[in-house]
Amino acid sequence: MERSPHQTSGTDQQERLVVGWFSFTCCEDSTILFTELLNDHFDRWKRMVEFRHMKALKANNSLAGLDVAFIEGAISSESQAREVKRIRDNAQYVVAIGACACTGKPSTSRNQFASAQINERIRWYLGHFDYGKEVKTLDEVIQVDDMVRGCPMKVPSFLQTLNKYLELFGIVEHA
Amino acid sequence: MPNRNIVIDTIAKIEGNAGLKVVIEDEVVKDLQFIVSDYRRFFTTAVRGRRVVAVPSFLSRICGTCSVAHLFASLMAVESAQGIAITEQTRALRRLAYDGLMIRDHALHLYFFVLPDILGVDSILDVPDDPDDLGHTLLHDSFDIKRLGTAISNAVVGAAIHAPWPTAGGFLRNPDPATFPDLLARLEAVRPKVLRGIDTFFEWDASLVRNTDYLGLRNDTRFDFLEGDVLNSNGRRIARPEFKDYLHYVQIPHSHAEGYRFSDTGEDYLVGALARINLNRDLLHPRTRDDAASSLSAFPSNNVYHNNLAQAIEILQCVDDAIDILRTVELADEKPVRASSQAGTGVGLIEAPRGLLYHMAKINEDGVVEDYDVIVPTAQNQINIENDLKDYFDENLDKDEETLRVNAESIVRAYDPCMSCATNFLKIDLIRR
Repeated sequence: MERSPHQTSGTDQQERLVVGWFSFTCCEDSTILFTELLNDHFDRWKRMVEFRHMKALKANNSLAGLDVAFIEGAISSESQAREVKRIRDNAQYVVAIGACACTGKPSTSRNQFASAQINERIRWYLGHFDYGKEVKTLDEVIQVDDMVRGCPMKVPSFLQTLNKYLELFGIVEHA
Repeated sequence: MPNRNIVIDTIAKIEGNAGLKVVIEDEVVKDLQFIVSDYRRFFTTAVRGRRVVAVPSFLSRICGTCSVAHLFASLMAVESAQGIAITEQTRALRRLAYDGLMIRDHALHLYFFVLPDILGVDSILDVPDDPDDLGHTLLHDSFDIKRLGTAISNAVVGAAIHAPWPTAGGFLRNPDPATFPDLLARLEAVRPKVLRGIDTFFEWDASLVRNTDYLGLRNDTRFDFLEGDVLNSNGRRIARPEFKDYLHYVQIPHSHAEGYRFSDTGEDYLVGALARINLNRDLLHPRTRDDAASSLSAFPSNNVYHNNLAQAIEILQCVDDAIDILRTVELADEKPVRASSQAGTGVGLIEAPRGLLYHMAKINEDGVVEDYDVIVPTAQNQINIENDLKDYFDENLDKDEETLRVNAESIVRAYDPCMSCATNFLKIDLIRR
């Protein structure tokens, strides 16, 4: 894993937590909720957090040297599994975000389909693209260090988890 | 691309990731594929056999950003199937909640995703910290606008995402009117910020003009997202239950999303704010019409970038509509209207932030779902997006690849196709031979 220093791109030299935010099979409700949290936390987080990979907010993204990867969504295919393993390899810590990542539900609904429910249309999609046999939770595919549960994620739990890593990496002092 | 008439069985949302593949041979665009690559969750199959009472809340999970739209469309389909007539109070509160949704959802798209294009930066994270910088001002305006939309949703339906209070026939819990004075004051206070946003999107000179057909709901009495018939640019008017009969399903081999053509024209069509303002600008709130008059002069418009301007105007419309509702609504302690279980089929057809959203529920006499169908706006726009991009590339092949990439992204972003698509969708694959 390539490591990089916690440094700002601006003029001040304050260290920042290097994070990535990723989304797989889900409705992205926690990503939406995160953008709502920016209404109140944008200026503070910008000083403390470097969003090195966050497709919801920026086009120029990098996986290199993530301190923490926040991952939303369940894993539907081998290609998604490969991608999430690549993220794991580049992050010191991984946090599962929201119900689909933590429990699989409701994205795992198709795991319970009886064969009679799989009609011609569904069969076309399953066969035409690389859908896995089953949709998986995040911790069925990679090691997960923390979970922020909820549909969408519980805000107090997310803030507590983010703060834990800000403290762990010495960005803020323990309160 | 085949134009096949297949029974629609749209099962899940499209949201998240998409790509674009363009093949150019001898400086001519030979093939262009706009590829929606999110994996389907087959929710409409998952709800078959379930008791209908749990279905609208489940289906709100189709989409995080417009979950209230899916919730309301599903509730309306269920109510229609079961013969439930909602009260005027429920109708007003749903309108109010929807104003909150539109304010937050449009502001997210316009300020977080599109504004960086206007400012020439990659991201809102690159907006200068200088309070005198216009970008900084607009970004901080957006925090207030979004926060207010969320506050309205919290007050009326219990949450902005996967709202817990709405149910078939009304509300499980009525809002607390003590929250209304604060919302009213904040709505009035935010108007100048909304108008600053409208001016910004009006002055942006980005343009892609292509003749197209527009579809949207029209309620002849007011600018409405929840009630009305479907109207197209030719004046064809379609009652909501018949809407699906006019759509031709198109299976797109390279995309996890389907596409549609409209049978009246046989052509692609556009749904969303641009369609709504093109078709219904005469019905905007009088304050909105007056204060956004100069920007409204841009309509009717075939410039797809004006979908952004149309959304900015709709934010003001929703602010003014919410003010009216909060000033006039008188809340009684209503319980949800209930009906004994009956078999039936119902349609909920509303305007989601991104355009027409169709839910169909077929319920048996035991209150169990036998069939369910959803048609989302981005699927309806998929062919239009692809054709716009073909037009753009045909006309601009002399430009360098970075310019082509940036402009193609901004064209797709103008459609506001979904949360993650809107800012980052393009893993562009440009092949020159």
